[in-house]
Amino acid sequence: MALVSAFALAVILFAVVAGPFIWRVPINEIDFAAKLQGPSWTHPLGTDDLGQDLLSRLIYGGRISIAVGFAAMVVAIFFGVLVGAIAGMSSGRVDAALMWVTDLFLSLPQLPLLLLVIYLFREPVKGVLGVEGGAFVLIVAVIGGTRWMSAARLVRAQFLSLREKEFVEAARALGASRLRQVTQHILPNALGPVIVVATIDVAAAIIAESTLSFLGLGFPSDVPTWGSVLRDAKDYLDIAPHWALFPGALIFITVLAINFIGDGLRDALDPRRVL
Amino acid sequence: MQVHRVSRQYVIRKLLIMIPSLLGISVVLFSLLALAPGDPFDELATNPAVPPEVRAALRAKFGLDDPVWMRYWHWLIALLQGDWGFSFVSRMDVSTLIMQRLPVTLIVIGASQILAIAIAIPVGVLAATRPYSLFDQVANTFAFIGFSLPTFFTGLVLILVFSIQLDWLPFVYRADIAATGWAFYWEHIKQSIMPVTVLGLFQGAALVRFVRSSVLDVIRLDYVTTARSKGIGERKVITRHVVRTALIPVVTLVALQMPIVFSGAIVTEQIFRVPGIGSLLISSMLANDTPVVMGVTFVSACLVVIFNLIADILYGWLDPRIAFR
Repeated sequence: MALVSAFALAVILFAVVAGPFIWRVPINEIDFAAKLQGPSWTHPLGTDDLGQDLLSRLIYGGRISIAVGFAAMVVAIFFGVLVGAIAGMSSGRVDAALMWVTDLFLSLPQLPLLLLVIYLFREPVKGVLGVEGGAFVLIVAVIGGTRWMSAARLVRAQFLSLREKEFVEAARALGASRLRQVTQHILPNALGPVIVVATIDVAAAIIAESTLSFLGLGFPSDVPTWGSVLRDAKDYLDIAPHWALFPGALIFITVLAINFIGDGLRDALDPRRVL
Repeated sequence: MQVHRVSRQYVIRKLLIMIPSLLGISVVLFSLLALAPGDPFDELATNPAVPPEVRAALRAKFGLDDPVWMRYWHWLIALLQGDWGFSFVSRMDVSTLIMQRLPVTLIVIGASQILAIAIAIPVGVLAATRPYSLFDQVANTFAFIGFSLPTFFTGLVLILVFSIQLDWLPFVYRADIAATGWAFYWEHIKQSIMPVTVLGLFQGAALVRFVRSSVLDVIRLDYVTTARSKGIGERKVITRHVVRTALIPVVTLVALQMPIVFSGAIVTEQIFRVPGIGSLLISSMLANDTPVVMGVTFVSACLVVIFNLIADILYGWLDPRIAFR
């Protein structure tokens, strides 16, 4: 299942990366004569209410959605590993305080918080970084900033057990500094489960971005992402169902593939697995 | 198994632990509000008809020049006293507005959780008693599909199939149904089916895997073997001995999933136009109605903390080892 998913994901990735060079229809070419058409040879995935080509819009949107997914994962894992490593290495008060903050963030309802941050900071960030760049940075930052907790708890648990292991003790006895112990000995051994969490985080971040765009609080509506195309399409379900089905299916297939890959990685990397 | 009484001390301790979390949430929300650029008196500053002295007096009156901790303190006191501000768009108090919308959300969330549990427990237990069988694999695949399907897409597909193609169910939730008596309830049930299904299936899919792994952990324990060797039927071993123990961690998981349920509820309410706090949040955001936005966010955070508390207490009730630790 994981291999099939890896193949499917590779196809989607190839399509969104190489797509614009093969399918050269611009994303914003308006053609009222061809509006709300179903799939045809000139428009393989049909057109929207302005007659814009859906295939090229979905290719472009896929680039954004997947880029947001990966970037947000990197942010989340970075903070998660940082917090988890600090908590795991220092015991006592620092550890307790960091874990309290982690638990606090875990109990915050994510989507309302995401929406609140975007609502409050949308305008100023837009002013600094431009419409599209601002939205990208803000969305990546808030999705990453609300998803680091599971990685932090995992890394901490790994650190707590690994730092008492003989090989770390040996390194300590040889006079390795704390930083060296962490970067050379503990972290590499803690990475397996972190990779699994990272994979699943990509899928969750893609869903989060699509949700934001679907609710109209993500990317501005003239920037097509899978979520915002779906948002535009939802009012035309009765006359142009293809418009909603294609972006939805793309989100679903991508997320499903990533989740299956994560599951496969979990099986492959689990040290306790029974052979 | 006799159910023991939870010690009062345990409940009080859990209640006390809740207070710092709520304070923490209020600090997070307030700092977001304080850090966010934009001044409520911006408009006055650019208005030439308002002299600078008046502006300064107004700022002093509303405490905008106070140090941050003092503003937080005033804000918190107002919050505790139920003074949540005034909605500029709806022209009513934020607390009244939220109280009007909250019951609908709670009903939808509650019904979908019941649906999720009703699906997840039988399927998860059956899958765990026959690990790696065909049923297990099919259930596992469906669970994966279930939680990979974004709720907004499931919602749209359900509308497409059941409202547009088959024309069985209404896709706009209406609060003002004219019918009375049985017809009234029937209409309400009919319009709730789709939102509840969307949320319930999503939650159920995630829960199935938890239930399965939890049952698998328990089924290998010695006491289960003992029960079997006493000659108790397999069905009775599973329902009386295994499931009872295996469901204890599931209780916590249901509570830990609450933040995700709220996210799902916001989306579902938006799709089906359910007049709950989720759609209130989105519409106030699009209308720049900050007091309502802050109020709804705080209420949903509080609800999550309260659900966690309920789960903790249930946990202590179900598992005597926890309460006296």
